[in-house]
Amino acid sequence: MLEVSGLTSRYGRIEVLHGIDLAVRSGEIVTVVGANGAGKTTLLRCISGTQPVAGGEIRFRGDDITALPAYRRIGRGITQSPEGRQIFTNLSVEENLRLGAFVHGDARVDRDLEDAFQMFPILREKRNLNAGGLSGGQQQMLAIARALMGRPSCLLLDEPSMGLAPILVQQIFDVISTLKSRDVTVLLIEQNAFGALKIADRGYVMETGRITMDGAADELIADPRIREAYLGI
Amino acid sequence: MPELLQFLFSGLTVGAVYALVALGFTIIYNASDVVNFAQGEFVMLGGMITVFAHAAGLPLLLAAGIAIAATAVIGVALNKLAIEPARGAPVVSLIIITIGASIFLRGVASLVFDKQIHRFPAFSGDAPFRIGGATILPQSLWVIAGGVAVFIALWLFFTRTLTGKAVLATSNNRLAAQLVGINTNWVMTLSFALSAAIGALAGVLATPITNTSYDVGIALALKGFAAAMLGGMGNPKGALVGGILLGILEALTAGYLSSQYKDAAAFIVILLVLFIMPQGLFGARQTERV
Ligand SMILES: Nc1ncnc2c1ncn2[C@@H]1O[C@H](COP(=O)(O)OP(=O)(O)OP(=O)(O)O)[C@@H](O)[C@H]1O
Ligand SMILES: [Mg+2]
Repeated sequence: MLEVSGLTSRYGRIEVLHGIDLAVRSGEIVTVVGANGAGKTTLLRCISGTQPVAGGEIRFRGDDITALPAYRRIGRGITQSPEGRQIFTNLSVEENLRLGAFVHGDARVDRDLEDAFQMFPILREKRNLNAGGLSGGQQQMLAIARALMGRPSCLLLDEPSMGLAPILVQQIFDVISTLKSRDVTVLLIEQNAFGALKIADRGYVMETGRITMDGAADELIADPRIREAYLGI
Repeated sequence: MPELLQFLFSGLTVGAVYALVALGFTIIYNASDVVNFAQGEFVMLGGMITVFAHAAGLPLLLAAGIAIAATAVIGVALNKLAIEPARGAPVVSLIIITIGASIFLRGVASLVFDKQIHRFPAFSGDAPFRIGGATILPQSLWVIAGGVAVFIALWLFFTRTLTGKAVLATSNNRLAAQLVGINTNWVMTLSFALSAAIGALAGVLATPITNTSYDVGIALALKGFAAAMLGGMGNPKGALVGGILLGILEALTAGYLSSQYKDAAAFIVILLVLFIMPQGLFGARQTERV
């Protein structure tokens, strides 16, 4: 479904992705784990189109989308819940969600909104409140729900568990694993490697701008090198 | 009593012009946090282009339509040529660019048109209405109606339409706006076109009362800016109330004290209000949590 090959990207003159190869098949949950500053966010932003690509190629459902502007990738089915949530703090919760469906001006938006409220009941309670006033966990739910409003076939999640209390982390991971039944393919970036690998089908390990390991999620969890470096076991 | 009423009428008229200028600031500010100091030049262009198109033989309505459309195009060009290339620069730099653009537009206007003072006829004649012993010009009613109409349109735009929300979203978080599929460059283009058109409309409506020339823009931009700050920058309601309050303040000061003091009195009141309410009368209080 999504194929990244030889992808490089830089900030100014400093290259931070040195040729990434990665593939996500339809219906999978794939996770990319790696330490701080490995380039995970940069990779995801290249895929969503909000970070310039210096070299290599991104294909989605067979089409080359490397040069497509971000706002045209949504219509193709790629949406992103970005690192740090990035919600619209000056708008209400409901307005945030409706903007998530900005490219789909039709009646299904109301149904999707109802779905989002079912998935995250707290958002229904706060639907008319300013999103800037939500707690960190609620903002994270809003960011995920907003990305789902875009009707992704491929959802990009950047550290959805960051900064959340353990009980919320579990809730977020539970939601992500239910996306499978909705035909949403997921590319999940996480520092919480253990939690991510537990719900993923496959995983990639990223270090300083390179993929250093990849494989089935259960194999990666069992791998001694991973256990030592990322799982702290 | 008739005296007070007369002052209120003239204050309302001037205030509606300020409100229209302030409303013009709203859209660009909401899309980009930039206060566009070339807004006054849009008002000037609206008036001047109408004057010259009308003098060339076009009917007034057509001339006004052309002026508004042409000014909108100039607004878009300003965005494409001066603002967009500087994207990523701090907001202050962008504001300085708009000041430069305003000087440039004024210079070009003095060359393309001339340096004379112009007007064109009022839309519905010059016979004043008498109300309660005071008089008001029909053109004043046009100006006031224009201010109210633009206010309502903008208010609906920002609160009821997804496009309006997209404009607000773009200024709040450009990255997130792109991630939900908003073409943020297009939002900026739209904002400049709408702001410029509103400015030009203000020029068209006000010129029969205030006259126009190539250099009316600076004073109007400053007054409109003051009105917008008074009401709360970015809020259409604030722009309308701020503009009308400012106009009435000026008219009362000029009437009861001296017209020498009218600018000073208005600015003192604004400073006082902003001292007590830094966000302006209707400004959004920041409710961000990090
Ligand atoms: N805006 C930027 N300008 C310059 N360098 C940047 C910028 N953003 C990230 N970098 C650098 O690029 C590299 C990769 O950063 P990136 O944010 O992609 O890593 P990450 O794996 O997402 O890290 P984290 O786990 O902290 O989110 C880092 O060395 C970082 O310092
Ligand atoms: Mg990151």
